[in-house]
Amino acid sequence: MYSIILATASRYLLLLLQMFSLFLLFRGHNEPGGGFVGGLVAAAAYALYFIANGIAEAEKLLKVDPFYLIAAGLLLAVSSTMPSLAAGMNVMTGIWFDTGTALFGKVGTPLVFDTGVYFLVLGVTLKIIFSLAEGDLQ
Amino acid sequence: MKQILIIPILFPLLSAITMLFFRRSVATQRIISILSSFLLLAVAGGLLAAVISEGMLTLQVGGWRAPFGITLAADLLSAVMVAASALIGLTTVLYSLATIDRERERFFYYPLLQLLMMGINGAFLTGDVFNLYVWFEVMLISSFVLLVLGGTPVQLEGAIKYVTINLLSSSVFLAAAGILYGMAGTLNMADLARITPYLPQQNLLAVVSVLFMITFGVKAAVFPLFFWLPASYHTPPVAVSAIFAGLLTKVGVYALIRFFTTIFSHEAVFINEVLLAASALTMLSGVLGAAAQYDFRRLLSFHIISQIGYMIFGLALHSPLAIAGALFYIVHNIIAKTNLFYVSGIVERITGTYDLKKAGGVYAAHPVIGMLFLIPALALAGIPPLSGFWAKFVIIKAGFQAGEYAVTGIALLVGLLTLFSMMKIWNEAFWKDLPQPQVEGNRYETMGFGRRLLLFSPVVVLGLVTVLLGVFFEPVFRLAETAAAQLLDTQAYITPVLGRME
Repeated sequence: MYSIILATASRYLLLLLQMFSLFLLFRGHNEPGGGFVGGLVAAAAYALYFIANGIAEAEKLLKVDPFYLIAAGLLLAVSSTMPSLAAGMNVMTGIWFDTGTALFGKVGTPLVFDTGVYFLVLGVTLKIIFSLAEGDLQ
Repeated sequence: MKQILIIPILFPLLSAITMLFFRRSVATQRIISILSSFLLLAVAGGLLAAVISEGMLTLQVGGWRAPFGITLAADLLSAVMVAASALIGLTTVLYSLATIDRERERFFYYPLLQLLMMGINGAFLTGDVFNLYVWFEVMLISSFVLLVLGGTPVQLEGAIKYVTINLLSSSVFLAAAGILYGMAGTLNMADLARITPYLPQQNLLAVVSVLFMITFGVKAAVFPLFFWLPASYHTPPVAVSAIFAGLLTKVGVYALIRFFTTIFSHEAVFINEVLLAASALTMLSGVLGAAAQYDFRRLLSFHIISQIGYMIFGLALHSPLAIAGALFYIVHNIIAKTNLFYVSGIVERITGTYDLKKAGGVYAAHPVIGMLFLIPALALAGIPPLSGFWAKFVIIKAGFQAGEYAVTGIALLVGLLTLFSMMKIWNEAFWKDLPQPQVEGNRYETMGFGRRLLLFSPVVVLGLVTVLLGVFFEPVFRLAETAAAQLLDTQAYITPVLGRME
């Protein structure tokens, strides 16, 4: 069933929800939020778009197969351990880099890990939703 | 140097992720699998060498000091287990290249194998009880998928039993870890070893240790918790059966040894009596169950159980000699048992069946395969000079020293019955003529040279290791004795992890 109200709204909501998911991701280390919940919100944005506009539109919007989001997320999360290994510290020790600006504050390897989780959760959730949707069509 | 501790965990994960990017290209996945398995074996060898020369290695993950963070710790036992499992991982990858069908390969068989290796290595290397639970789950989830991959009805039937009982045992594990944390306020193994003797609630501690015994007993297939094993291990492709048979139950045995030497050392008297009875019944029920079987892999599955009995027997005797014997037994059994499963796959390819009654004539057609079967089979039965003889010899000697004549007698009897079982396989599959008409075509004849090479190289390598373990028994056993001494000296585990205490 196509609803013009939902379809129009979902286009604006997509952007808003994506911004909110990034907000959740970046505030994660010190306050409630983080990669997991951020990824879920981002996935919800795409899920809403898919409900309003159909699976083909949603897949076209995403451009990549969610499967590769899973792989990329995993790779990003694992790569966050590499700086500590290279520096000869205990593995997974957080390495922080102070940007000196109020906007970014300190950036470190935990953020890389969290971003990996973000893409992993986004990928897994969308893979499940898209698979179910495609199964429904058949 | 301590960085090397994380590599056996990180490396399989990285190679699995890399393979995900090449999901359309099975050929690339194969190459990555081979490369990473060889490298993992090299790293595991390096880890073993480092532990032998420098003593126990510890790594505090994230730089959080023990007991607050997660500790990775490799004493000699862990390092040996990681090395043995890396060898099995490599041979299984090679064997899989020759035997796994295209469809399974396309559905992430190779990444799953790497994730399984990651879980196994993690379980061997962790120094934290909850972290051990996590690695068990990583290992189990990979094994669930490997077990059902392909989705044939018989696989699903086996998987239901396997998954159900393992989930149940995992929840017991979780509950036990929770109670233990409530009592001790820590789950770091070294810290637990330090604290548990002084806890006020010793009765509750005994309950917890029994809960741990149950959960690891299920994973190790100890009597009476073994029924899931022969119900499921013969259903997946033979390469999967082989790596399960070689490694998964041994992770359970490893956990039992770790818990009841390092952590609950003072609790051991009561537990050892239970384990002693369980070991006798495990040996007996396994070998008697095998006597009734005519399916090649089911028969071998029952023998896994009876062999586990010997290892538990060694643990229950709890003398330095017995523990060293148990450790040697684990290594011998990992090698020999996996090898037997590999051979069963070769026999199936020639005769078209795992049913021993319908098989036959392998020796007449391929005498070399007969010899390759005899090495692990006679090792398992305990014929000198192969590794199994020494393994049994040490355990039985320790049994007599401890004055446990009844259980030691059972161990001797079970050795004889194992020989009987192996001869049954020999007579049915190798010696007698192939019954006509043959069940299914001979898939071996159509194999190319490359595939045959991949099919046989694991069997030859593991057979060689079995022989070498027997011939060079003395230096290997000295290593096992050192490992056992480390295990029985709790302080030797505590100090490297926690640092020197006042």
